[in-house]
Parts: sequence; structure tokens; C-alpha cells
Amino acid sequence: MFDFVAFIPRAIVQGIPLLLGSTGETLTEKSGNLNLGIPGVMYVGAISGVVGAFLYEQAVPTGDLNNFLAVLIPLLCSLLGSALMGLLYSFLTVTLRANQNVTGLTITTFGVGLGNFFGGSLIKLSGASVPSLVLTRTSLAFTKTLPFSGSLGWFGKIFLSYGFMAYLAIAIALAVSYVLNRTRVGLQLRAVGENPNTADAAGIDVNRYKYVATCVGSMIAGLGGLYFIMDYAAGIWANDTFGDRGWLAIALVIFTVWRPNIGVLASFLFGGLYILYLFIPTGTNMAVKELYKMIPYVVTLIVLVLSSMRNKRENQPPAALGLAYFREER
Amino acid sequence: MNKQRDPLFHIVKRAALPWYKAWGIRAAAIVLALILCALITTLITGEDPIQVYVTIFEGGFGTARRAWILFHNLAMLLIVALAVTPAFRMRFWNIGGEGQVLIGCLASAACMITLGDKLPNGVLLAVMALASILAGAVWAGIPAIFKARWNTNETLFTLMMNYVATQLAAFFIIIWEVPKGSGTIGIINQSTMAGWLPQVGPSKYFLNILIVAVLTVLMYLYLNYTKHGYEIAVVGESERTARYVGIKVGRVIIRTLLLSGAICGLAGFLLVSGSDHTLTTSLAGGRGFTAVMVSWLAKFNPLFMIFTSFLLVFLARGAAEISTSFGLNQSFSDILTGVILFFIIGCEFFINYKLSFRSAKKEG
Amino acid sequence: MDNKTAAVTMRNITKTFGPVVANDKVWLDIYRGEILALLGENGSGKTTLMNMLSGIYFPDEGEITVDGKKVVIRSPKDAFDLGIGMIHQHFKLVDVLTAAENIVLGLKEPGRLDLKAAAKRIREICDAYGFEVDPNQKIYDMSVSQKQTVEIVKVLYRGADILILDEPTAVLTPQETDKLFAVLRNMRNDGKAIVIITHKMNEVEELSDRVAILRHGQFIGDMPTKKTNAQEMTNMMVGHAVTLNINRPEPKDPKPRIEVKNLTVRSIDGILKLEDVSFTACSGEILGVAGISGCGQKELLEAIAGLQPVESGSIEYIEDDGSREPLLGKDPLSIAQMGVSLSFVPEDRLGMGLVANMDLADNMMLRSYRRGRSLFTDRKSPKALAEDVVQRLEVNTPGISTPVRRLSGGNVQKVLVGREISSAPTVLLTAYAVRGLDINSSYTIYDLINKQKEAGVAVIFVGEDLDVLLELSDRILVLCGGRVSGIVPGRGAKKREVGMMMTRLGGGKEDE
Repeated sequence: MFDFVAFIPRAIVQGIPLLLGSTGETLTEKSGNLNLGIPGVMYVGAISGVVGAFLYEQAVPTGDLNNFLAVLIPLLCSLLGSALMGLLYSFLTVTLRANQNVTGLTITTFGVGLGNFFGGSLIKLSGASVPSLVLTRTSLAFTKTLPFSGSLGWFGKIFLSYGFMAYLAIAIALAVSYVLNRTRVGLQLRAVGENPNTADAAGIDVNRYKYVATCVGSMIAGLGGLYFIMDYAAGIWANDTFGDRGWLAIALVIFTVWRPNIGVLASFLFGGLYILYLFIPTGTNMAVKELYKMIPYVVTLIVLVLSSMRNKRENQPPAALGLAYFREER
Repeated sequence: MNKQRDPLFHIVKRAALPWYKAWGIRAAAIVLALILCALITTLITGEDPIQVYVTIFEGGFGTARRAWILFHNLAMLLIVALAVTPAFRMRFWNIGGEGQVLIGCLASAACMITLGDKLPNGVLLAVMALASILAGAVWAGIPAIFKARWNTNETLFTLMMNYVATQLAAFFIIIWEVPKGSGTIGIINQSTMAGWLPQVGPSKYFLNILIVAVLTVLMYLYLNYTKHGYEIAVVGESERTARYVGIKVGRVIIRTLLLSGAICGLAGFLLVSGSDHTLTTSLAGGRGFTAVMVSWLAKFNPLFMIFTSFLLVFLARGAAEISTSFGLNQSFSDILTGVILFFIIGCEFFINYKLSFRSAKKEG
Repeated sequence: MDNKTAAVTMRNITKTFGPVVANDKVWLDIYRGEILALLGENGSGKTTLMNMLSGIYFPDEGEITVDGKKVVIRSPKDAFDLGIGMIHQHFKLVDVLTAAENIVLGLKEPGRLDLKAAAKRIREICDAYGFEVDPNQKIYDMSVSQKQTVEIVKVLYRGADILILDEPTAVLTPQETDKLFAVLRNMRNDGKAIVIITHKMNEVEELSDRVAILRHGQFIGDMPTKKTNAQEMTNMMVGHAVTLNINRPEPKDPKPRIEVKNLTVRSIDGILKLEDVSFTACSGEILGVAGISGCGQKELLEAIAGLQPVESGSIEYIEDDGSREPLLGKDPLSIAQMGVSLSFVPEDRLGMGLVANMDLADNMMLRSYRRGRSLFTDRKSPKALAEDVVQRLEVNTPGISTPVRRLSGGNVQKVLVGREISSAPTVLLTAYAVRGLDINSSYTIYDLINKQKEAGVAVIFVGEDLDVLLELSDRILVLCGGRVSGIVPGRGAKKREVGMMMTRLGGGKEDE
């Protein structure tokens, strides 16, 4: 029998970074910015937090960390780092009106490089014998669960066994969903992404909306990187450990037809697909496992194709996605 | 509401800038970027900036071997850029070059392994090349069919196809692994050299470089002087106009992507048969993504692409040299490349727009 | 009105786009309690001038005051804050949002977003003026006139007291126009300042209190409407007196060329665009097509050109010898391969007929590039053709290697028409051939079309200006809601009669 009690929590912790990444990207895309730099932004979000945690751990050489500071410092560092990346992307694509695809890909190269460079340097600084940086003490603060969650059997395992950031991620996704659909700011943001000309004529500051949405989106996505290192990976940074999850987060945006609230469940499904190969018994045939790893990508492809076939007006990308806006265009 | 202050300046779209001014702006951006890169390196390593430049140059041209590797890398990047360019001219954002190259590599390696001792070398090479080209074409053709039929978003489709290709390659690598349990294939047919492109000219890389050079010229002619090239341009500019003159848009999309994929497949063949003689999941080496940059920076012109791919390869080699000789992490080169690209991307603004300052003098 | 203070004054306003001077030191005064008609040919800078008032463009030079205070209008938001609202010719609406969402867009009301309260206020405004808007309907489900209504309600919702309307009647039926004018008069009597941009003389005379005229970006003059007349205004618009007579040679030996029978066309959304349309177009004759905008003209031409899927019916091409070839179910390429030389000047010139970013020579190749067996395109003959078109049609361009997007509307049209007639067509389809053109360019186009007619071409001319249709066409096919309302001879047709047929099948008696 398939072990759901073991599978679901693992699927969820796999899904949380994707959820944060896709929520951030959805917010960004709603402003008309297709930020293909999200994978790089998530690396930067992770490494900024790691740097903050490393410095704090260095400052308190022995004993327990102050839990509050151990969480707050990496969190702020992470937010700052990814916000700067969002700012860089916005400056290039909004102010300088550069091509979004090219800028995004460059941000990814740059961000992944930045992450691995500082990660590698820190590993060297820490003098570890293995190529990884261990921040167990900080991770402990991130992974604190409710004290009674262990005593509630399968219920506790499935619903209560996560660090606070997992719940934060769900809250953020629902909040973004609410803001987009129910508030004035959300309405105006959607208008900017659909038709910046109209939004501009209605007196909305298009550039400001694009900047803010992109930077906030980057910050949310960056938290995905931070969660991955501090919670999922138990505080261990190794270069390239985050892998291609950033791209998967972008795929998830399409999978959820630009709706972060759908993203909550969809990301868990994705997380599950991502680790499904570990749970399917294959015996000695190691090669087949590689084929199972294809599943999330193939499923995304199928969703992509199906949603394009159905061609429903509400399920399409923001109409001005990927286009620079210039008011005096003739 | 009574604002007296006039805005200091506002942005105006330029009429066309003469080409020499445009390239002057780009050159200035590159120079500025290089200065900034040297500053960053100096800041981190404490070396004097001149030494940094010397090191970059040595990384590229320090020895004859390095120069050959540089030119080979250039050729391999250029061929992928050539492959994606027709699609880009059509506004089909194929970022699946990575997967299309890898699937070509896989096809070549499969032929080498399964047919290595069954066919004479000449026939084997032909079969390998054909299989690679076919595999690449199929890999790019699938998203094209969906784009043509249902307007499925090609950027995301091709991106996902990259991962499918990677996993497929990983699957076969484990099936063919030598020795068992190592998870790698090693050099294929090391003793018989079956399926290896013969060395022509001064270096084992020469043949690959030559093939890409010929392909560059052919692609230039194809895009600018043939009927196909014209159709691609029309479809890229306006699908409605294309339909208006009776161009079958879907057919052009599929045809062009088959060509794109075929060239990527060929690149895979050259990598496996011409230089690396093995298969790994990272054999394409990110070229599918870098090629997007190469093509865009060169304004989709194959001849300019020689220069832009040289720039990127040279910088990558140079930055890698900086990393090793100054004891920095290899990823440092990604950062430097990123900085330079940001400058080049940003400078396009000053080519397309100008800042117009409001004249101080006003009439009553 | 002499002792009123101006709500808005514009002084020495200059705006350039690259080498084009759109407005050159323009002066304009707008008063409350008055409807000002801003009159001028297309391309005379009316819309540009008003866009600077509504914050879309920013003037290069000049000064604007509102209620006597000097202001700087940097963005549409600044304009709103000054009480200036503009209804653009191209609607500024977000398709996937509802009417109510569009109307409250950009408003800075205190508190939470309350769409229900907004819907209530929208209904109140609608009731007050007799509009019909469903606040919860999505824009993409709306017709053109519904969208315009939303635009007007949007401005009223904001309580704007300086309203600018850019060619508001272009998409309306006569009844809708009357309703709009009534609303505008009410608003004027409320003390609002209203500017209506138009080039229709009858609207100026019917509606406006004062008229201001622009020509080639320059302010020519303004005067009370009562003290002027159509002839004087036309003279001021075009600079010199023009005879409004369009040449109409007698058709020579007309033979049936295109026969359309029982044609029914549905749009992708399943909306009936053409229903049971039948007619014959003859060689050597201009068949005018009249109708309110959006009643099937576009679909009709595109169906003949092989660009529009057809539900039922038949379209046949008749050779000189009487043999018939069906055109239905063929795309433009296979029609050309049949040997039928069919030229089509579509409504959307830069989006369909030409490639905006290509130069003149490359655009000439669009129709002919397939010629010959060679893998390569022939570059010489398109260049020669481009030179020829530039010279013969007096296209104003720096050279044949200039991208067509840099040309003005009239020159773009000349390039397109020049190419389409260069292939010696037997059928010429034109949609709004003179839209956006100044009077001189328009006459050049009429001449070209007449020459084609004299050469024996069957011309189908879709037009929006009834006066032109009545003077140019040999016969007029009148469409109403996608059906044939009637076919009348062009000579002697009464404008009023055709107008009635456009709004009601078969025309019939007037209500009055």
C-alpha cells in the first residue's frame, strides 16, 4: 500500500518553495512583467538569508541562538536580496524598456552565479571538509513546530509537522489572491498587466505598479529559496542544491492559470510529482527512476496544451505580458 | 491642484539612429561594463585592474590550446544561436535549444554505442548525423505543432521539453553506464574510435569550427535572400499580413522550427562525435539559453552573431581564468557575464530613446 | 459668451513626433456651458492637441491654464484632478474586466473597493441619461456602441466638468447619435465644457455652439457656429476651396464578375455577421457598400478574399467567357494560383496589408515574392515597382528603403493601393480606402480607383462617408445588421433614403 502519511508531508515541503516562487511570479506577471529571472531571484533569496544566518551564527559562537533573531535576520536579508534583484529587473525592463526574455535569462545567470559564488566563498571561509555550509542552529529556529504536533498521529504529521514558513507561504498565496481579486490595488494591477495604455489613461501610475509588483513578487519568490535551505534542507547550503525549482515555479504559474489560491493545492501536487519516483518501487532498475522524474514536466505540458485548447478568456495570460510600455508610442 | 514645476526631462522615441552611432553606444556600454568588472575583481582580490585584463586575455588566448578551445566554444555557441535565430525572427521564443541539442547528443551517442561495431565508420557517421538532426527536429517540431494548431505558449513548452530531454538522457546514461553503478558513460569507443569525426587540419576542433562557419554563411543567405526567409520575416512582423498574402502561418512555424531543431541536433552530433565523445546530461552546457542572448544581442543577424558569441565565450573563458588564478569560485564568471549583459541590455534604451530636456526659455 | 472666463486656455502649444510637427504654436480657448467643435482634416493635429490636455502626450512647448491658473498636465491622473475627461476614439477599456470594474479603475475613493455601490451609482447615471449598461458585463462581450457608452458613463462617474470626445459618432447608429447629442446638450446646460473632435460638418452645425479649426497642426481660427457655414468651414479646413465633385465615368461594357449567393458568415464567437447576402459585382463598375460600422462589411470583403470562413452560401468568379470558378473554401494563395487576380486593400493597413517594419521595396514583394522557381527572392523588380509607385502616386518618403511605419497615413495608403493595383487585378476590394487621409490624398485615391474601373476592373468599395459613396459608386449595396437592405443605383440615389436603409431593412417610411 502506498504510504500516504509519509508521502504527503514530503510532497508539501517540496511544494512550499514552488508555491512561494509561483505566487511571486504570478504577482509579477499580473503587472505585465514576465520575469524569467525568478530562478536566479530564488537563489539570491536563499544565499542572502544564508549570509545573514552565517554572520549571526558567527557572532554567537556557542550555545543557543535567540530564536527570534535567528529567524528575523535571515528573513530580512533574504527579502532585501531578492528585492534588489526585482529592482534590477524592473529598472532594465520598465525604465529602460529592455526585452523581458533576455533580461530575465540574464538575471537567472547572474543570480545563480551570485548564489554559488557567495555560497562557495562561505564554504571556504567556514573551512568545512565537505563542499557544504551547515547552519543547523538557524535551521532549528526555522523548523520549530507546534509542541503537540508530534502527539497527534497522522493528523499531526500531515497538517502540523511544518515550520512556520510553510503556513506563511499558504497565507501569502491566499493574501495575494485576495488582493488581486477583491481590492482596488489588485484591480488596478490587473489593468496594468492587461492594458497599460488604458490603465495609464485612467490615471494609474503604470511604472510604479510594475516596479512594486515585480519587487514584491521577487521578495515572495526569494522566500521560497530561503525556505528551501533553512527548512527543507535543514540549514545546509551546497552549490546548485536548489536545482531547477525556479523554472518549475514558472511552470506552476501556468498550471494554476495565474491564480495563487489554486497554487496552494497545485504546488503540493507538483511537490508530490517531483518526489513520486522515490515512492514507486522499481527494484534494482535505477534507470526507470529517471523516467519518473519526468512526470512533473510532462504534466505541466499537458496542462499547458489543454488550457490552450480550451482557450477560455479568463484562463489566458495577462494580455500585455512581456511587452514594454511607452506612453507616447505611436 | 496647481503644479508650477515642469518635469525636468521626458523620454522621447528616437527616429532611427545611424548604425555607427548605435554600435558606438553598444561599444561604450561594453567598455563601461569591463571597467566595472575590473573594479569588482580588484575589490575582491586586491589585484591591480590591468592584471585583471591581462588574466582575462590569457584565459582566452594564453596558449594555442586555449585559443582552439575558445574558438571551439565559440563555434558551438554560435551554431545553437544560428539554430534558434529563424524562430526568433518569427517571434517564436524557442528557449528549448538546450533540450534540442541534448536530444541530438543522445541520438548520436545511441548510434555510436549500438552500431559502433556493426557499420563502417563512414556509414556510421552519416547515420549518427542523420539521427541527431532528426531527433532535434522532432524535439522542436512538437511545440511548433501545438503553437500552430492551438497557439500554445512556446516559451514554456520548449522550456519543459528541456527537462524531458534531460531525464531521457539520464535514463539512457544509466542503461549504458560504464562501469556499472558509476552513473556515467565515459569515453565511447575509445579504442576503435568508431563514430569519431576524423581530425582535419591543425586541431581536432578544426572540422567543427569549419562546419559552423559554413553554416553561418548559409543561414545568413537563408534568412535574408530566400523566399523562406522572407516568409519568416512577414510572419514575425504580422500574422494577419501573412495570412492576407496567403502564407500558411502554421506551416511556416512548423517548417522553421523543424529547421531550428535540426540544426540543434547537428550541434549535438558535433559535440558527441567531434569533440566530447561521451554523453552527460549537461553536455549542452547552458548554450540553449546563452544562444538566446547571442541572437538577440546581434539583432538576429547571423554575421553579427559571430561577434556576440565571441564576446560571451571570451568573457566566460576570461572570467574562469580570473577565478582560478585568483583563487575565486568558478561562479564568479557568471557574475561578470551577468554584469556585462546588463550593460548591453540597458544600453539599447539609449539607442531607441532619448531624453529631451525642457528648454528653459519660454514664451509668455 | 463674450464675458465668460475660459475654462481652459492653451497657448503656443507645440508637439513634434520625430520630424513630424503635429501641433505648431496652437492657441485654443474652451468655455463652460458651451459645446466646442474641434474641426480639421485627419492628420491636422486635433487628437494630438486634446491628448495633451488629457495627459497622454506632453507638449514640447507652450502653456496651459485651467480656470485661469497655469497648470502642468504630466499624466492622465493630473488631467482627472483638473476635471478633464476624454473619451478616446480607441476605447481605453480592459477587455477581461467588467463595466463596473472599468469605470472605477484608477479612482481614489476612500475605503474598500465596493463594486456593488459602484454598480448602483452607474445605474443611477444610466437612468438619468437613458443609457443602458450592465455593470457586471465583461467588456469583451460588448458591442462597439456599448463600449462607448461605458466610456461616457466612466467620465460622468468621475464628475468631469471638461469633457473631450474624439469622433464619438463614428461607430454609432443615427438613433444612438441623436441620443448622445441630447445628453451632450443636457451637460452643456449644466455648465460643463464640452469639446467634440469631428470632421463631419453636419454634426458641427447640429450640435456645436462654437467651432475651432486646425489645419496641418496650426490653429486657423474659431467662431460661433451660427455665424459661419459649411462652405466657409471647409475652406478653412483645407486652405483653399475644393469642388466636392468626384468624377464618375460611365461603366463600359459591364459583365458579371463576382457572384455572391446566400452568403452567411459567423464570427469565431458564433455571432451572425452576414446573413443570406446575395449580389453581383460587374467588371468596369464600382459597387459601393454602405452600412453602419461593424454590420458585416469587413467580413464580406474578407470572405471574398478567402480570409474568412463561411458558414453557407457561394462565391463565384466569372471569367470573361462566362465560365465560373468557385472562390469559396480557398485561401488567398489558392485563389491566386487559380489565375484570379484579386486585389484587396484592407481596413487595417499596417496590421494586415503592409508590414510596418519593412521598407517600401520589401512591402512590394508581399504579393509577388513567390514568383519563379528559384529558392531566392527577386529583389530587383520590387525595387523598381517601389520607385515607380513613389513617383506615380507622389508618395512623400525619404526613399524606398524607409520602413512604411515612418510614413504618414496617406502615404501608407498610397503605397498599399499602388502595390495592389500594380498586379493588374480583375477584382479590387477596398475597405475604407480614404480613412485617415486628407482631402487631396483622398482624391488621388478616388482617381486611382476610377482608373481601375475604366480598365475594366470590378471594384467593390466599402466606404463610411455617404456623400462619397453616392458620388463615386455606380451601384450601392446597403447592408443593415449583416443583411442586404437593398441595392440602389448610385446616380440619383438620395442620401436620406440610403441612410434609412442602413438603419432599417429595406428603408421604408420615416417615423416623423
